[in-house]
Amino acid sequence: MSAAAALSAQRIYAIVLRHLYLLRKSWVRVVEMAYWPTMQMVLWGFIAQFLATNSSWVAQVPGVLVSALLLWEILFRGQLGFSLSFIEELYARNLGHLFASPLRPSELVAAMVLVSLVRTLIGVGTAAALAWFLYATSIFDLGLPLVAFFANLLVSGWAVGLMVSALVMRHGLAAENLAWGAIFVAAPLSGIYYPMSVLPPWLQALAWWLPTSHVFEGMRGVLVERTFLWHELWNAVALNAVYVTVGAGVFLASFEGARKRGKLVQIGE
Amino acid sequence: MSAEALPAPAIQVEGLVRRFGRVEAVRGISFEVARGSTTALLGGNGAGKTSTLSMLLGVLLPSAGTVRILGEDVGRHRYRVLRRMNFTSPYVDLPKSLTVEENLKVFARLYGVPRMRARIGALAAELEIGDFLKRPYGTLSAGQRTRVSIAKALLNAPEVLLLDEPTASLDPDVGDRVRAQLARYQRASGATLLIASHNMPEVERMCDAVLMMRTGRIVDRGSPAELVARYGRRTMEEVFLDVARREEPAGAAA
Repeated sequence: MSAAAALSAQRIYAIVLRHLYLLRKSWVRVVEMAYWPTMQMVLWGFIAQFLATNSSWVAQVPGVLVSALLLWEILFRGQLGFSLSFIEELYARNLGHLFASPLRPSELVAAMVLVSLVRTLIGVGTAAALAWFLYATSIFDLGLPLVAFFANLLVSGWAVGLMVSALVMRHGLAAENLAWGAIFVAAPLSGIYYPMSVLPPWLQALAWWLPTSHVFEGMRGVLVERTFLWHELWNAVALNAVYVTVGAGVFLASFEGARKRGKLVQIGE
Repeated sequence: MSAEALPAPAIQVEGLVRRFGRVEAVRGISFEVARGSTTALLGGNGAGKTSTLSMLLGVLLPSAGTVRILGEDVGRHRYRVLRRMNFTSPYVDLPKSLTVEENLKVFARLYGVPRMRARIGALAAELEIGDFLKRPYGTLSAGQRTRVSIAKALLNAPEVLLLDEPTASLDPDVGDRVRAQLARYQRASGATLLIASHNMPEVERMCDAVLMMRTGRIVDRGSPAELVARYGRRTMEEVFLDVARREEPAGAAA
């Protein structure tokens, strides 16, 4: 039986349902999802308005900073949505129940991917609506390329989320802060608010190994030069394929390690 | 009936070892649990009971040895056998923000329970949890949580049920109800129950067989009546104390 055929849609749905139940009754969680993207967007929206009157080339293009911010939030919320869904199980001391059920680790990962998608749509969707209302900037102005950027950034977020969750499984809740901070390592190298050419050459060489650098360069291609840079898309897709595969491998290895060390039941303590 | 036609024991454990660094928590134990029986796994704190149950569930990998449940090798076919078994343990919990009903629905889907709503309704009536199905699990008392935990464990009508201290922290009334409910389920379904417990009256009342563990080994086994007679005692409580307090034979820790 192939690995894909062995996955049960019902078990994946069960875990998605468990997190939707949580969201449905916790307005605090929903507000938190929308809070930071909204705050960031408001802040950067005003910065962009200021820069627009001060000849910054990037700010000459309406909405480029706000769009960059919203795309960054897709990455951040995607990763956070994945990692926090896993950490919620640790808080609940529920991992023992889950892993002593027929649920496979790959099904748990598939469920967390779906939950992360829901959480990202709630968080970034709220901020995107507000950006349209406040600055008449719509992220949908990116057109179809938005779908490619959105998908790539989410996959990048999941790759980081898998690795963070693996570390939490290895080190317990002591590693929880990584869920909040890990993605920011990529921020200066990804060229979110400035072109990659701003970076020193040696740092550029490093930065091009990040799929996010290609996505943001692609975004500027669409917004500034009105060109869809196909090679940037394919580079991002290829790098994401590598990182998400490595992330899944690290997560599964960490799961087996937790079984060997007897941590699946006690993890989080 | 020929020997080949006999169904395999519900649980077969052979040479099971579990080491945590230099500490050997489980030291090469072997035992069988007959189908349809209720067996107690007894021992003091640190005797290796919870490690043994964790290895039966496959959430802890053995350092050596094999576990077969319902004829399936847990090491090789874990997911196949997990559908047919279930467990309760005081060391794990259910999400506190979800209602009892939501928790049961999630686990019903995980175990692929057919006619989920009817099953939850039947268990709610049987275990007297219907009044708080809509309440968040985190707001329940210890006794109510235990009953919910048992409802979760019975959702898939398991053929093998592992119970780690199922009545710990319950008052005598609730403890008695839980024991009666488990016994009813066992009689009605013919399921096999393996219970780790410190409650000796519970063992005498419920169990056909007892496995006595001490420092990671099975040091004695038999029915409660046989053990009481063998040790010349009146109750399992006294047998337990005899086993727990007797001197470790020289070289046993090697």
